[in-house]
Amino acid sequence: MSNIAGTKSSLTWAVHLSLAALVLLWLFPTVGLLVSSFRTSDQIASTGWWKAMVPSEQNLTLRTGGADDQIQKDGNFVIEGNLFGEPGDAVISVWGTSSRAISDYKAGETAELKKGTSVTVQGNGDYVMQSPEEISGKRGQRIFATAKTPPEFTLKNYKYVLFDPSNREGMAKAFFNTLTVTIPATIIPILVAAFAAYALAWMDFPGRALLIAAVVGLLVVPLQLALIPLLKLHNEIGIGKGYLGAWLAHTGFGLPLAIYLLRNYMVGLPRDIIENAKVDGATDFQIFTKIILPLSFPALASFAIFQFLWTWNDLLVALVFLIDSTGDTTVMTKQIVELLGTRGGNWEILATSAFVSIAVPLGVFFAMQKYLVRGLLAGSVK
Amino acid sequence: MHPALQAILTIIIGVGGCVGYFYFSNQFLDKVLFPGKGPNAGRNITRANMIRPWLFLMPALLALGVYLAYPVVETLRLSLTERLPGGESQFVGLANYQQMFAEPKFWEAMSNNMMWLLVVPAMSTVFGLLAAQLSDRVRWGNLAKSLIFMPMAISFVGAAVIWKLVYDARPVGQDQIGVLNALYMFFGGTEPKNWLTMIGPNNYLLMIVLVWIQTGFAMVILSAALRGIPEETVEAAIVDGANPFQVFFKIKVPQIMGTIVVVWTTITIVVLKVFDIVFAMTNGQWETQVLANYMYDKLFRANDWGVGSASAMIIMLLVSPILVWNVYNARKEMQ
Repeated sequence: MSNIAGTKSSLTWAVHLSLAALVLLWLFPTVGLLVSSFRTSDQIASTGWWKAMVPSEQNLTLRTGGADDQIQKDGNFVIEGNLFGEPGDAVISVWGTSSRAISDYKAGETAELKKGTSVTVQGNGDYVMQSPEEISGKRGQRIFATAKTPPEFTLKNYKYVLFDPSNREGMAKAFFNTLTVTIPATIIPILVAAFAAYALAWMDFPGRALLIAAVVGLLVVPLQLALIPLLKLHNEIGIGKGYLGAWLAHTGFGLPLAIYLLRNYMVGLPRDIIENAKVDGATDFQIFTKIILPLSFPALASFAIFQFLWTWNDLLVALVFLIDSTGDTTVMTKQIVELLGTRGGNWEILATSAFVSIAVPLGVFFAMQKYLVRGLLAGSVK
Repeated sequence: MHPALQAILTIIIGVGGCVGYFYFSNQFLDKVLFPGKGPNAGRNITRANMIRPWLFLMPALLALGVYLAYPVVETLRLSLTERLPGGESQFVGLANYQQMFAEPKFWEAMSNNMMWLLVVPAMSTVFGLLAAQLSDRVRWGNLAKSLIFMPMAISFVGAAVIWKLVYDARPVGQDQIGVLNALYMFFGGTEPKNWLTMIGPNNYLLMIVLVWIQTGFAMVILSAALRGIPEETVEAAIVDGANPFQVFFKIKVPQIMGTIVVVWTTITIVVLKVFDIVFAMTNGQWETQVLANYMYDKLFRANDWGVGSASAMIIMLLVSPILVWNVYNARKEMQ
């Protein structure tokens, strides 16, 4: 659109910059969650995640060793060691021995304490405490230090959320439950819908147009309407709350879109192929399984992705049809909502749990985006 | 039985059952009921072909009937009845609706939902159109598009967590870990705000989450529509001296108006059903109630099926114009 000489370059730059700004804006919240899931709870609580990439300055309260650690050296009592346990990446810039004066000394300087005791702290946390008399006090001297810690990331959160058997709020079980709901709920409607879509696309019978209209209508019926009547029905026929109910519900709710997408696609297949097959004596069943089904693969894939994302991300159907009072069949979305209530402040757990549940759909999304886009284009009622 | 085993078994039974049903019912039709051989071969084949479509359709029709059509009728019935102790129910006319209309919480949900209906489709469409147009002629446009599209794959619950972190507040004096408060303090705010409890703005902060998710959808559809605009119309406008903005607003937008309407209505339906975001972020507290969450409250917390069904019918009522419009268009297209 900008082929007018002279205006092109500045406009192009504006386009690039605004698009970049838009993309960053859209990416920013998700990246925040991802970065947070690799930080310790202390880090998350003390600085914003966007500062995680650069070294952060923290005020720490540390302790020297206690009286048990002292040794005698040249007539003095000496405690030596490192404030961080062992020299790490953190660098102390200033420090002090009282909470009211936390920056009295620079790294490498020596502080005089009571009774001739002195303590020297190095930048890497090494300290030497000397005293002419025996040092008392089991807990050691407090050192208030301002230290710069380099960016540090940890996999501990993931270990805790996924693999810690003592963690009752872990995601491992919910992950498998979600998977258990999702896979049958994705495969079964495809098959049911494919046959129906073929009939609606290529078979002649009275009432066909009416049925197609009905499918288009059902496409937008809010599933909220189905909750109580179906729960009642499930209880009456003995399914109750459980996987079977959830699978059936997802199948029912997914069907209109599946039929609609597949019919639209199948109608567009070349008429010649189907008529030639008929002339050659193929039955409708054969035409469907041997010709239509393989040719419809892109539409099948589109719907499969939709249904997968929808069932994986679903909360409402799981709450109503799946999760009973024992909570054994809880899914990840429900687990996260629960964590939001009980662990509202523990961002390391929340972020990690959320990312565990997001990771799979994101993978599917990036791997099969082509089919998703195609499905969207075909699925929005024109 | 272990759920994973149960799932595999379900897949086998489900898929096997479907395939078996279709195969054997067709066999039965062709071989037993109306064999395409013998004295009546011609008549039989015609008859079999009259029945076959219904064989193909039956499982789908059954599922659609039980899981979507029947609930609409049943919900309507429930909304006109009241449960009595002992499992009986009694016809009460419009009493449930009257009771609901007398509740301030219902009107709060209604007015919030109306705001959602105005803001979310509009913002998503505008941002989607912007992203589609900007990425149209840029070499890294496809990458940009897939990054803006990405939130579509994230669950509403996941998005709620993501945005709760953005809105997080820490006490004064501490480093803010929520981006919004960090920016607010950076630009001279005196004390961090608990955004989600601020009546008024909090509704819009929830809407942003859905806009963030739906923009990608709008962008994908509109981007395809922009590509479909005939080059000549754009070139003719440029030759006539139109500037890029005129080309966009006067030439391109009018030509994709039909698609914009489709995007708008599709997002409208999503908005009417929005539940998870509110449920996970505020649960309708601080005047952020919406219809779907109000209904869930009534059905499963208050256990009031009558009023719950009545509010579900309100959602259905709001969806119906779009339903009629879609059916009308689909029928027109088929003719």
